Amino acid sequence: MLTFLKRVLNSIFKRRSNIKIGFYGPPNAGKTSLANTLCEDWVGESLGAVSEVPHETREVQFKEKVEITHKGKSLTFKIVDTPGIATKIDYEDFLKYGLKKGEAKKRAKEATQGIIESIRWLEDMDAVVVVLDATQNPYSQVNLTIVGNLVARKIPILIVANKIDLKNAQTKKIEAAFPEYEVVGISAKKRLNIEAFYEALFKLAKKV
Amino acid sequence: MPKTIKKIKGLSLHIIPYSEIRELSITERIKKILHLVLNNKVLIIQGRLRPEEEIRLIEDTMAMVDHVKSFKGIELAVIEPDMGNESFFMKVKKGLAKTLVGYHNALTIVGPASIVKEIRKDPKKLEVLLG
Repeated sequence: MLTFLKRVLNSIFKRRSNIKIGFYGPPNAGKTSLANTLCEDWVGESLGAVSEVPHETREVQFKEKVEITHKGKSLTFKIVDTPGIATKIDYEDFLKYGLKKGEAKKRAKEATQGIIESIRWLEDMDAVVVVLDATQNPYSQVNLTIVGNLVARKIPILIVANKIDLKNAQTKKIEAAFPEYEVVGISAKKRLNIEAFYEALFKLAKKV
Repeated sequence: MPKTIKKIKGLSLHIIPYSEIRELSITERIKKILHLVLNNKVLIIQGRLRPEEEIRLIEDTMAMVDHVKSFKGIELAVIEPDMGNESFFMKVKKGLAKTLVGYHNALTIVGPASIVKEIRKDPKKLEVLLG
């Protein structure tokens, strides 16, 4: 009995001490921007580069032992930022951002590998923040596939509607698309509603 | 309507009834789907894939993009009767699939991204082909 209790307590302590939080979503939703905001706030440095060109993040990048304090409580996270998941990669799409053909092809090749890597990391997460672009249609198959997989694997989810600073942002549409989940509207770039995000992140950690 | 509409080379629709994939393992299902998509077929599958199959399809698609020249990936859509989706695929469903497999089933539509991109640029091409 004592061993059992010890094991349970150890397991709780272990999980709570370094909760693996994955940032998942489609390309250009602002996953790295949000992960950067979090890391800058609590570690004092960014996690990765951001760009308007899709698939800027092409490798999983993470920060260990990020200690966040909110309302007097403290939790330690492993922040895992992942490449955006897409069903298609066309190097020609990168040319309109001014990339040369060779660079665009290289980016496309790396992006395909990044998507595979993202998917492989999925089952290793304790909880996931699904970052969606609030200006885009939330009903895309990629979004539904990501959320469907998290539900199937019983991984707790928080949905973030990013880019609420933009005129055409529609957080309500995201809320309507995923009524079973908490949706927090933020702007990672302009740092809008970040406190609400931390509040929701702590609630998410409780479900782990 | 323009006088001439360039046809989409090699477009064909392929219907897969659920009975045809029911007994297949996840690997066999994905292999079958990708084999057909690589042959430029737009698939209409009766029913829907499980979440782990959908993500496996994306994963294997990316591996193929990396290895097969000119393959850009797939368009994937699941259509259910009460979904308010006004996508290209919804139009396909209304126009075609409804009469083929009935209104009560979900449909999974998978096609090569390059063909879907061409149709999006000029939806009339699809009307012509179906008409």
